[in-house]
Amino acid sequence: MRAIGIILAGGKSNRMKELSRKRAVCAMPIAGSYRGIDFALSNMEHSRVSKVAILTQFNSRSLNEHLSSSKWWDFGRKQGGMYLFTPAFTSENNSWYRGTADAIAQNISFLKNAHEPYVVIASGDCVYKMDYNEVLEYHVAKRADITVVCKELPPEASVERYGTVGMDDDGRITEFVEKPLVANSSIISCGIYVIRRRMLIELLEKCEEEGRFDFVQDILIRYKEVKRIFGYKLTGYWSNIASVDDYFRTNMDFLRHDVRDYFFKQYPAVHTKVADLPPAKYNTGFSVRNSLLSSGCIVNGTIEDSVLFQQVYVGNNCVIRNSLILNDVYIGDNTYIENCIVESDSTIQANSYYKGENGIRIVVEEKGERYNI
Amino acid sequence: MIKKEMIAMLLAGGQGSRLGILTSKMAKPAVSFGGKYRIIDFPLSNCINSGVDTVGVLTQYMPLKLNTHIGIGIPWDLDKLSGGVSVLPPYEKIEGTEWYTGTANAIYQNMSYMESFNPDYVLILSGDHIYKMDYESMLDFHKSNNADVTIAVMPVPMEEAKRFGIMITDENKQIVDFEEKPANPRSNLASMGIYIFSWKALKEALVANARQSGLDFGKHVIPYCKDKGERLFAYEFNGYWKDVGTLTSYWEANMELIDIVPEFNLYEEYWKIYTNVASLPPQYYGMNSHVERSIVGEGSEIYGRVYNSVIGSDVVIGENTVVRDSIIMNDAKIGGGGEILKTIVAERARIGDNVRIGHGDDTPNETDPHIYTAGLVVVAEDAVIPPHVTIGRNVMIAGVTTHEDYPDGYLPSGRTLRREGDAL
Repeated sequence: MRAIGIILAGGKSNRMKELSRKRAVCAMPIAGSYRGIDFALSNMEHSRVSKVAILTQFNSRSLNEHLSSSKWWDFGRKQGGMYLFTPAFTSENNSWYRGTADAIAQNISFLKNAHEPYVVIASGDCVYKMDYNEVLEYHVAKRADITVVCKELPPEASVERYGTVGMDDDGRITEFVEKPLVANSSIISCGIYVIRRRMLIELLEKCEEEGRFDFVQDILIRYKEVKRIFGYKLTGYWSNIASVDDYFRTNMDFLRHDVRDYFFKQYPAVHTKVADLPPAKYNTGFSVRNSLLSSGCIVNGTIEDSVLFQQVYVGNNCVIRNSLILNDVYIGDNTYIENCIVESDSTIQANSYYKGENGIRIVVEEKGERYNI
Repeated sequence: MIKKEMIAMLLAGGQGSRLGILTSKMAKPAVSFGGKYRIIDFPLSNCINSGVDTVGVLTQYMPLKLNTHIGIGIPWDLDKLSGGVSVLPPYEKIEGTEWYTGTANAIYQNMSYMESFNPDYVLILSGDHIYKMDYESMLDFHKSNNADVTIAVMPVPMEEAKRFGIMITDENKQIVDFEEKPANPRSNLASMGIYIFSWKALKEALVANARQSGLDFGKHVIPYCKDKGERLFAYEFNGYWKDVGTLTSYWEANMELIDIVPEFNLYEEYWKIYTNVASLPPQYYGMNSHVERSIVGEGSEIYGRVYNSVIGSDVVIGENTVVRDSIIMNDAKIGGGGEILKTIVAERARIGDNVRIGHGDDTPNETDPHIYTAGLVVVAEDAVIPPHVTIGRNVMIAGVTTHEDYPDGYLPSGRTLRREGDAL
């Protein structure tokens, strides 16, 4: 492809509450077997973007562990590859990434050393499938300076944590409001951009000179009258996971047949690091309804409308309803869990009771003693 | 210069004809096992877990599936800068071109492969057993005895000993004699077909017997080494080891995985079994599904009820279908409203709605009574079964079958139904 890729995977999100304690949002487990960043990375691979930089700083170890080898996403190549860039302290630089634009600017040599004419910038905390070539074609056809991928949300959805855009009939963005208190558009920016590499370098250098660090505020909004910024509407499934409620809902979406079919059965497949766990195992005397279970699970209890991630052990007489149980959770006998997200590595003692009364409850327990059968 | 202390040679060229239709398109080591695995995953994973990072896989019969499964060895971490996994088929030579005519002949024909690693020891494995074994401790045993050949053996019940090659040892585990399938066994130590040779002893024995037709380890090489007075030792192994050479033993070994605490435990962290994963997503259970005493692979969608079964990856089991005591391999699709009893459904088979399998008497199979026995029904890979039919026991079905093949919607016990074509 004629573009290099940048995945912005840095952000800390206070909306993730306790779930962000030990990992970046992009490293959140999704749909049983995946991590947030797998979707953007797989899109890069399927779009034949052969050189991808992932920019991260908050709790970067979580992402680093997941991305320990590039071969699972087919980036282990002599031409191209996958690079994880955390802030580097040098004689010229002694600061963290101070914003999205600054994160890219601090790695400007990645842009300067490339020869591809375009750059695809994507965020790593969204669940979607996309061929970036289609955006690039649109970008070229519109003779755009920057193309922003947009999604029209249903009218009832809250847009307050997104940037909303207004477009004219040609698709040119005339209005861009970041995190609006009063929304006058239900079209939001998905955080996916296509831009000519030389223009990006130029804009970033100017930003640095002026002490500006945010890609949306200081480039998209500031330049929208001067540069031709276009919106490309994404029609397929798209979901951002960077709040507890959205994270919960996104995972629950995978209980829908159409969503599973779209992501899991239709080409192209989503790649992830293989966990090499045995098949899930079911013993006797319970039922599993409308739920997703992952490899390595051992189940002795009842599960309804829930997603169990990898290596979850469910004891006898347990009941789990409308919950997400993240990786490697041990649930002792006779436990009841409803409307919860149970953080990975938790050990739930036998005879426990957890229920989210007003919304989703996050359960974090120590990885204590476990009684293996 | 490359130097590997021990390399493994894995014999994976056999057909395994007693697995019937399951090996009609692939060699026995490529046959699915335990849901997501293939039989060869067990010795390959044992190798990497034992620190053996150089493995030659000898293929001959129907190698396509094995080749694509092994690839360059990535799932087993056998994609190495030096060594790693190499698939070794028979090849043409200036003179004396031949197929692999026996186990030892196959190894002999790959002498230059082995020499290129300059090994001290060579581990000979076969690709048709289910077990977890630390070859490194077997090597330690070999070294501490200053042995030329070490043969892994397993104690079997005395009454079964006559089915095996039996080793007779002294108190130091040195082999003093051996007997192939003896009528009156003098020992219960059965050979597992796993050997460690000191390189010099192996090379010398293979060269000396090169002209022997069908050169075989058990029949020729081991007796030669003993007659020559070399030091042969028996390494006793007491873990789980299963030969899945027949359909019934294959079915039983699968069923043993679903015990509450299986003797062969796949859930141990420190001895993982690796495989080439075709599918990653989680498995889905519908509103009226029920699963009991079963294991289920990735990406499968279960809408019906499953009891005592081993389900592979990307399997679909339709609403109101009952599956019991069965093995359903990767990508098989079973319609709704059916009943599948004690059946092996091979990869990508398609079974229509309201199909009942395993209903009828125990009439032996008409063509292969020794293969399709014990009431087992086998549906071959890519086979198609139309909706609304009932099928008996000891039946084998292959190819695209239609309603004409089932007079009055019924295929009685003991029938073999072969038709042309594949699903899709």
